[in-house]
Amino acid sequence: MKVDIILCGVGGQGILSIATIIGEAAMNENLYIKQAEVHGMSQRGGDVQSNLRISSEPIASDLIPHGAADVIISMEPMEALRYLPYLSADGWVITSTAPFVNIPNYPDINDIKAALAKLPHVVAIDIEQLAKDNGVPRSANVILLGAAQKALGIDYDKLETAIRRVFGRKGDAIVDANIRALAIGRDAQ
Amino acid sequence: MKKLFLGDEAIAQGAIDAGLSGVYAYPGTPSTEITEYIQANALAKERGLHSRWCTNEKTAMEAALGMSFMGKRAMVCMKHVGLNVCADPFVNSAMTGVGGGVVVVVADDPSMHSSQDEQDSRFYGKFAMLPVFEPSNQQEAYDMMADAFDYSERQQLPVLMRVTTRMAHSRAVVVVKDEARAENDKNYDAAAANWVLLPANARRRNDKVTAQQVQLEADAVSSTYNKLILPASGSGCPLGIIASGIAYNYVMETLAKRSFKQEVSILKVSQYPLPKTLVRQMLDACDKVLVVEEGQPFVEEQVRGVFESRNILGRLTGELPRTGELTPDCVAAALNEQLASDNEQDSEKLNAPFVDASSLVAPRPPQLCQGCGHRDVYTALNEVLKEYENPRVFGDIGCYTLGFLPPYKAIHSCVDMGASITMAKGAADAGQWPALAIIGDSTFTHSGMTGLLDAVNENADITVIISDNLTTAMTGGQDSAGTNKFETICRGLGVADEHLHVVVPLPKNMPEITRIIREEINYHGVSVIIPQRECIQTFKRHAKEKKVANK
Repeated sequence: MKVDIILCGVGGQGILSIATIIGEAAMNENLYIKQAEVHGMSQRGGDVQSNLRISSEPIASDLIPHGAADVIISMEPMEALRYLPYLSADGWVITSTAPFVNIPNYPDINDIKAALAKLPHVVAIDIEQLAKDNGVPRSANVILLGAAQKALGIDYDKLETAIRRVFGRKGDAIVDANIRALAIGRDAQ
Repeated sequence: MKKLFLGDEAIAQGAIDAGLSGVYAYPGTPSTEITEYIQANALAKERGLHSRWCTNEKTAMEAALGMSFMGKRAMVCMKHVGLNVCADPFVNSAMTGVGGGVVVVVADDPSMHSSQDEQDSRFYGKFAMLPVFEPSNQQEAYDMMADAFDYSERQQLPVLMRVTTRMAHSRAVVVVKDEARAENDKNYDAAAANWVLLPANARRRNDKVTAQQVQLEADAVSSTYNKLILPASGSGCPLGIIASGIAYNYVMETLAKRSFKQEVSILKVSQYPLPKTLVRQMLDACDKVLVVEEGQPFVEEQVRGVFESRNILGRLTGELPRTGELTPDCVAAALNEQLASDNEQDSEKLNAPFVDASSLVAPRPPQLCQGCGHRDVYTALNEVLKEYENPRVFGDIGCYTLGFLPPYKAIHSCVDMGASITMAKGAADAGQWPALAIIGDSTFTHSGMTGLLDAVNENADITVIISDNLTTAMTGGQDSAGTNKFETICRGLGVADEHLHVVVPLPKNMPEITRIIREEINYHGVSVIIPQRECIQTFKRHAKEKKVANK
């Protein structure tokens, strides 16, 4: 198996936590992993992305070529569009629909939604609202991960186990909230 | 044991497992996580390894030399421009040589994700006549640390380990040793005749190190990190590819995916000096050679030489972009151009986006956080400077460099660590008024203090703002060397008490802050204003930690 994933959003939205959970699950399956991140100045309210590659065979490049990503997981709708040149023709986009507006020239959100709707394989959900409605306000990113589970081709319980390990030292309440969030995401897709 | 490691973390664990006694570093993207990993590592704590942040890269390099002098293994970590700051001890460390092994890890940042230039540290290695290691993956980065320390001790020279952003900040599974090597014992073997660089000693050492270059190159030829794959026929190969460090991965990615008809020869370079014997073997077997390397054309220039008689391709001839980070796409394009393929899918069209939404994507530049004290400082500064005709504000390196962008548009320069104060002084010397400097707390102790002394000694007509957020914020909130000492430092350097002010940058204090800035601009001499309020990011983190602790 081989999955090339682009995780994206705005600095501080928690895309690296999603990457950590997927990476943990993949490592436990003895898969090869490469995950390139962006740190430093670009994090401050700017666009951030991470290239995550998982494969049963050794992986050469840390970066995903254009037109090769199987999945784009985006915490923000405009950011999902930013990485479309990397998406393969039969790739999936799993995105939040809640715009993060911190620039004066943010495009019309309806145009963004219309562009997303044109994609052959897209899951677009308002994860922020779902997170609030279900009492897991800090786990919107894990809801998105739940919604991406099928496209990722990683077993649901493997992700659940990974969440237990990644969040274990933060206490049961946080583990439970994230496991709930994962299920909410799965059911929302 | 398997670990999912950033390249930086693999380097850190590799160093600990190699019997490290101390890491000396100043934070800088993309190198920061090396030292942070060691600071948090259980064995490092148990062994009491030195891992506290240094004031700058020069103090770091020198302290590492001191540890090496006593026979112990030391590592120095920095971003590429940090190597400029410690160039003096770095270059001279080849003359002194080492006792305990010294590995200098430098993380270059091609494409300047978080930097002000694209310099390639391999030139520094050659310049200082030191061996350079350049891993191409995280496992190699881990393995190389043990070899680099051994090699440093065997050659009695520091080893420069060069990584780039995609190596430092990419994760992969790394197999690590179950047990760490013991630290070296302290010894008194260091010979003053090597370490006292009086001309007579330095000349002898210079001859020795120069003569040693032959051995270093021979070692690079036989290094397991360098490998040459020649075509089975041994000659007549249409294309040879020399790929170094991370660039090797992009080449392998392309070769694995495309079905090229012709055979290619590959030379992977991960240890320098450039193994010329291997390069010659490749040139003899191949019609053309493409050099693929991350950063500047360091290998390519050496292979081309001045004659340019061979068909050497790369960044200098346009097959690869002249500047910027390599990508799997630009490497694939270069290979496609040189090699014919059977597979129609290999055409470039495959890479075109199938839905074009580029008109709906606006740039989203980084910005100062909501609630950041620098914001209040710039608001106050802009309000006062409206009253003057041609004010000039000299900026510096840190989050507050973002004050150049809208809505503040408040600074006119940002060159290198500490340059705000010295440039403001130079501008004042040229007759500029008002001339202001804005510098962060960590940058001030890194390289601003000496410049302030220059200004004080001439009572230059400048106003210095040390925007103190109690941390090294841009790299993620590391300890800042001068916290709680800024007033004392400024006073000690000779800043007069009546022109030294501490304020709290909050909207409610605007009248006080603007009054002080105005008064100090109108005072024709050195004044220092220190707006002091904790970085909003570390403040939130500390509040969270407190909450957890109280539970």
